[in-house]
Amino acid sequence: MQYIIEAEGLKKTFDDFVAVDSISFQVRNGECFGILGPNGAGKTSTVRMIYGFSPLTGGKLKVFGLDITKGFRTIKSRVGVCQQENNLDPDLSVLQNLEVYARYFDISHKKAHRKAKELLKFMALEHREKDKVNELSGGMMRRLVFARALINDPDLLILDEPTTGLDPQSRHQVWERMEELRSMGLSILLTTHYMDEASRLCDRLIIMDHGRILVLDKPNELIREHIGNNIIEVDEPTNELRTYLQSERLAYEDMGHRLIIYSEESSNLFQYISDTYCNEGCILRMATLEDVFLKLTGRDLRE
Amino acid sequence: MMKKISARISRRYIRVWQRNLTVYRKTWKISFLPPLLEPLFYILAFGVGLGALVGKVAYHNSEIPYVRFIAPALIAVNIMYNAFFENTFASFVRMYYQKTFDAILATPLTLEEIITGEIVWGATKSVIASFVMIVVISFFGFITYPHGLLIIPLALLGGIAFGSIGMFFTGIVPRIDIFNLPIFLFITPMFLFSGTFFPIENLPFWAQKLAFVLPLTHLVKLTRSFSFGVMDFDLLWNVGYLLLFSLVFFPLAIFVMHRRLIK
Repeated sequence: MQYIIEAEGLKKTFDDFVAVDSISFQVRNGECFGILGPNGAGKTSTVRMIYGFSPLTGGKLKVFGLDITKGFRTIKSRVGVCQQENNLDPDLSVLQNLEVYARYFDISHKKAHRKAKELLKFMALEHREKDKVNELSGGMMRRLVFARALINDPDLLILDEPTTGLDPQSRHQVWERMEELRSMGLSILLTTHYMDEASRLCDRLIIMDHGRILVLDKPNELIREHIGNNIIEVDEPTNELRTYLQSERLAYEDMGHRLIIYSEESSNLFQYISDTYCNEGCILRMATLEDVFLKLTGRDLRE
Repeated sequence: MMKKISARISRRYIRVWQRNLTVYRKTWKISFLPPLLEPLFYILAFGVGLGALVGKVAYHNSEIPYVRFIAPALIAVNIMYNAFFENTFASFVRMYYQKTFDAILATPLTLEEIITGEIVWGATKSVIASFVMIVVISFFGFITYPHGLLIIPLALLGGIAFGSIGMFFTGIVPRIDIFNLPIFLFITPMFLFSGTFFPIENLPFWAQKLAFVLPLTHLVKLTRSFSFGVMDFDLLWNVGYLLLFSLVFFPLAIFVMHRRLIK
């Protein structure tokens, strides 16, 4: 099986609001596939259809080659989901959270207990197994949700904003675990707001906005194609600089107090600009996925 | 609708029931106290206190002490309370605040199974409470055996009836404090007017008719008959009513929960 997820004309509407607008994409077996987009872009609506939480409004969706409407039970038993909110069970201890969750997958108690212990160790939570969930820190809770998503040895791991609100240490730990799982051949579907997370982890990704897919490619390809290699940022730019850029037909973005200049050939240009036009700060840096994201989805605030 | 619902319920609902049992077992000693103490309080208050004023009550061609009249009704009321409160406040907390249902929906279980597991759990609490109460009330010699043992399976049926309507309210209330409305308008009148503390025949004729719509009336009739060992075929009508009530509100509960949670 080449594709683990095949979406064709996938659509989700809530009353009049179109959350996902007939999108098509495929996720390959063994890859880490990212879904990026601003708030309200349709990321969560998309993944919720994939793990069988939301019914489709339209289109076709196959997971593991099975039609989601018919094979939902099989699909759900082979998928691990880390939902956006921490919906751990506060009535249960850390260890029980995993054991009780395992029961939903019809995993025997003996096997569940062994697996739960193993996962707590994997997520560095073994010293907290008897504690109540509410006694854990935010980062620990998130790691426990992550561990819970692995209780059924899934063939596909779905992570909906797994590191939102985490401190840098916890984020890096989650990333390392994800890399470990990916190297073991697990397919991962990831939604995120963090571009560094996506560039580091995703083999391929889509950027969504208003329910549509804007682009689909490898992170580096997207940067190369839409931005170039480097970026020159100029603080408090002068009108002379603007005139110069226009006359040279150089692509740039004007934010009033700051100019962002996209350029292929950079060091000479940077030298020239900083010598000639810079009063305040003027820097040359590598282009990132964030530049692509902002260029494609705009800088307006969402919600 | 029934066929569609039943197609999505497998034995897996037991996993939700097990989850609630796991939580219950942490606090079972406290959970045992109300059904243990409540009949004692009531029997003390009504037997020693009010019973002295009321004297005897006519029941089934004989005169019985007032406290014997109300003791079986207390079991019925507890069957109602346990299932109804479990599937309103407790289920609402799990659904709305703890997002427990959302988490389970990412596993092979369906929403229909979650709701079934919750309602069967509520009914299980009714069974546990009625069992404890039967033991306590037996010490006063108010339960006729073996007929009285029928109250245990009856508690399951009654629990499913009251749990289903409780879950129905859980599916439609916007906030947890709105439960006061069905409690004030539905549960409290039933507690008072279902033949619990005085015979239904004491009510005006129209009110008697109204009382027969209330499920608790039928449950009280049954627990009382079983406690006294008064068995006749008329009781099948009462069982039938509770069954019908469940068959209406169970699918309705699933319908409103589906509308609320599946987006």
